[in-house]
Amino acid sequence: MSITDEVVDYDEALAAYDPVLGLEVHVELNTATKMFCGCATGFGAEPNTQVCPVCLGLPGALPVVNEKGVEAAIRIGLALNCSIADWCRFARKNYFYPDMPKNFQTSQYDEPIAFDGYLDVELEDGSTYRVEIERAHMEEDTGKSLHVGGSTGRIQGAEYSLVDYNRAGIPLIEIVTKPLTGTGAKAPLVAKAYVAALRDLLKALNVSDVRMEQGSMRCDANVSIMPKGAEKFGTRTETKNVNSLRSVERAVRYEISRQAAVLNAGGSILQETRHWHEDTGVTTSGRPKSDADDYRYFPEPDLVPIAPSRAEVDRLRETLPEPPAQRRKRLQSAWGYSDLEMRDVVNAGAVDLIEQTVEAGASPAGARKWWSGELARRANAEGKTVSDFGVTPAHVAELDGLVKAGRLNDSMARQVMDGVIAGEGTPTQVADTRGLELVQDDSALEAAVDKVIAANEPIAAKVRDGKLNAAGALIGQVMKEMKGQADAAKARELILAKLAPDAS
Amino acid sequence: MTDIIHTSAADLADALAAKQLSSVEVTQAHLDRIAAVDGAVHAFLHVDAEGALATARAIDDRRAAGETLPALAGVPIAVKDVVATQGLPTTAGSKILQGWIPPYDATLVTRLKAAGMPILGKTNMDEFAMGSSTEHSAYGPTHNPWDLERIPGGSGGGSSAAVAAFEAPLAIGTDTGGSIRQPAAVTGTVGTKPTYGGVSRFGLIALASSLDQAGPCTRSVLDAALLHELIGGHDPMDSTSIDAPVPPVVEAARRGDVKGLRVGVITEVSGKGFQAGVRARFTESLDLLAELGAEIVEVSCPSFEKGLAAYYLILPSEASSNLAKFDAMRYGLRVGPEGVVAPSAEQVMAATRDAGFGDEVKRRIILGTYALSSGYYDAYYGQAQKVRTLIARDFAAAFEQVDVLVTPTAPTTAFKLGEKLDDPMAMYLNDVATIPANLAGVPGISIPNGLADEDGLPSGLQILAPATRDERLYQVGGALERALEAQWGAPLWTKAPRLEESR
Ligand SMILES: [Zn+2]
Repeated sequence: MSITDEVVDYDEALAAYDPVLGLEVHVELNTATKMFCGCATGFGAEPNTQVCPVCLGLPGALPVVNEKGVEAAIRIGLALNCSIADWCRFARKNYFYPDMPKNFQTSQYDEPIAFDGYLDVELEDGSTYRVEIERAHMEEDTGKSLHVGGSTGRIQGAEYSLVDYNRAGIPLIEIVTKPLTGTGAKAPLVAKAYVAALRDLLKALNVSDVRMEQGSMRCDANVSIMPKGAEKFGTRTETKNVNSLRSVERAVRYEISRQAAVLNAGGSILQETRHWHEDTGVTTSGRPKSDADDYRYFPEPDLVPIAPSRAEVDRLRETLPEPPAQRRKRLQSAWGYSDLEMRDVVNAGAVDLIEQTVEAGASPAGARKWWSGELARRANAEGKTVSDFGVTPAHVAELDGLVKAGRLNDSMARQVMDGVIAGEGTPTQVADTRGLELVQDDSALEAAVDKVIAANEPIAAKVRDGKLNAAGALIGQVMKEMKGQADAAKARELILAKLAPDAS
Repeated sequence: MTDIIHTSAADLADALAAKQLSSVEVTQAHLDRIAAVDGAVHAFLHVDAEGALATARAIDDRRAAGETLPALAGVPIAVKDVVATQGLPTTAGSKILQGWIPPYDATLVTRLKAAGMPILGKTNMDEFAMGSSTEHSAYGPTHNPWDLERIPGGSGGGSSAAVAAFEAPLAIGTDTGGSIRQPAAVTGTVGTKPTYGGVSRFGLIALASSLDQAGPCTRSVLDAALLHELIGGHDPMDSTSIDAPVPPVVEAARRGDVKGLRVGVITEVSGKGFQAGVRARFTESLDLLAELGAEIVEVSCPSFEKGLAAYYLILPSEASSNLAKFDAMRYGLRVGPEGVVAPSAEQVMAATRDAGFGDEVKRRIILGTYALSSGYYDAYYGQAQKVRTLIARDFAAAFEQVDVLVTPTAPTTAFKLGEKLDDPMAMYLNDVATIPANLAGVPGISIPNGLADEDGLPSGLQILAPATRDERLYQVGGALERALEAQWGAPLWTKAPRLEESR
């Protein structure tokens, strides 16, 4: 175990230094087949069941480019406002590693499919930062090593290793930013907001599952600091595989504090890769990395160049969805939500669901109450997402309608939702089978009110004396009498009328 | 038909179609020949008698049932060991793949099988096709049937020797810098390197991906055309495969007419410095072509002189990457490092590659790794690619003036085993005439054009054509072969010494 590094307080670090970031995000595409062969790409299959001579790198096997992968790469490039290459090639990145079947990775080097773009990201404080994109290129994923024995799960100390090649050859897009400068103290927030915005964008493009916890989106964070006002960037470290939005923010913040401590102590930053530890919130030294890391790139001779026609690029441009940030603004204004309400909706992952619920006839307020209120609360409590319950926008719209029509009160509606989640059917079916319905018969309600007043004369007297708050206790009694199937507002109205000072 | 093994594949196919012979008879005759002479020739690394006979029986049954079969159905064939054959050992002549049995067939093997051709076995070669003599095979050299003390050429010496020794009527070779044509020349046989992309590379254990091409090894031009037609054509599994029909090679071989054709002699590869006997046969071939009505034109391809240097940068560069997969992790040899108790994967990789690769392979891996290194890339790999472009331009300019180009295939006849083994540069020079075609992707054929006076050994004539115009090789080759055989009174192979048959 490595020695814990010194860190300085973050604000203190930022008072003396300017951070510069560079983010490299790897995204696994959700194509049905791998980048260079016909193997399936599903997550979680038995090890080495989604393999063939090509992705196992058997002697003689040859790659063939997955056209869908190229299309996705171009769409990502376009969505990131990049130029799309007229002509580009794959290149071999040569290095030995057991989880890489050919001992070279088919990637792109100096001829990426997309380059020179940008993504505007909105920070939590409402400000916007333009992240310049250097390039987006196509490559293939490696297999996965499992180190068995030893305590850490790392290769050091393991007794043996197993390799699963199911992931080998899955299409990856690597998106590399230009150096992010001028962020000041907001650097960690910019990093997080960028990765979040990228994730939303890729999701809207429907090109990836973008599930950071499953590794279908992985972030490497390059961090350096330089004395305030300096122009020459400091030596950078590359923190690998930071796999949640929160970790992106924390890792960047940690590196800034750590590097500041090193420089303050008169030391110099080692150019190296570092590992992020989610549990302890620190990075530790990996292997030294230099600009001279020699991968002996050369154009992949087994593949022909990719030369997308301008007509093809234009056709793909037509398929781009509305940018997520723009869409959120449009919907917020259409639904009349406050900024806070919209943020809750976004955080609950409920934008699409609410849109569909409103389309199905619910009011925006009603839709929001269910999705980012009741269901979000349940999801939080159970560690799920709102879409995990099997509740559809049509269900919510129907339930909203039943409340609006006066058939259900709020507590009954929640019971109906229980039934829907339990799979008892549509809201109407659940209400019918569970016998949930507000009693509309006024005479029954009136009889109950009379009975409760008669039985609680001291409280009734207080109400007659003008202490209207006391009516609450009576309403409770009436609801109990009616087994909850009464309209509480109506009961209150009736009680107050009967106990009015001028009533006889 | 009494002499099966001395019969051409075309004639065997006719006899099979006419039911004068059965495939089992033909296949067995060749298996018997292999048993009798391969101890001395060592053309084969693996013989699959059982599998070949099973295919032969199946074809005979289908023919008996009245089925219409492909032209070469029932004609047996040998396959170079660099080609993946499902269920048959495939080593590429290397220890590192000893015992590896591919779980899949190369596309060309799939086509041979679909055509009903019994596969006799796998032929010997220089390790990973690196060499011009088969002496770099990890399993011992192949011997030239014309003189067992001499090399059969390389890297595909096994395929050419098998055909020359009548152990197989047909064989598959691969040609990265001359590995089909040079062995053909020194064994008195025919060998074609098709246009790059003309025959699928899927299943060929790659030496240099941008140069490798599979093709036929035979004893006649027509046989080569028949096999070329069968294995050629588009393959969606090979991205570099040409998506166009196979050129009309068989028709061209049968026509064999050069009247009015312009034949170019390349100033830079006209035989200067080549063995006298080779040069003499080349000049005679030119005279013969002129007699047949061709116009002989001299053209200059100044960049060809840099071809060898460019080739020995591009090939090792690609090879160093292609051979990286042999790491003991998934298949093939696995050797632990000596004296290490719990070796790491990296140590096992290093120990295995040290034990599994021969010296020539290591030499080229080191060359290629160096040439691709950052800081050297532009000076070596980058420059070599530029030379490659220049050579392609030279070809393009030449083919504006002429229909085909001709050269002697190899500078010398077969040299003695061991003679050049310790002199890589001398060995590399064998391919000086054949390499430009690989660098530019154009097709080439070597046909026997006589015996050198000084040693009585075969020499070869190389014909080159523009990319995708492979039929011209056969048109010219067919015409010249007919004229030469008319002069000789019989095919050249009739002059070969009889091999002693052992039982
Ligand atoms: Zn595969």
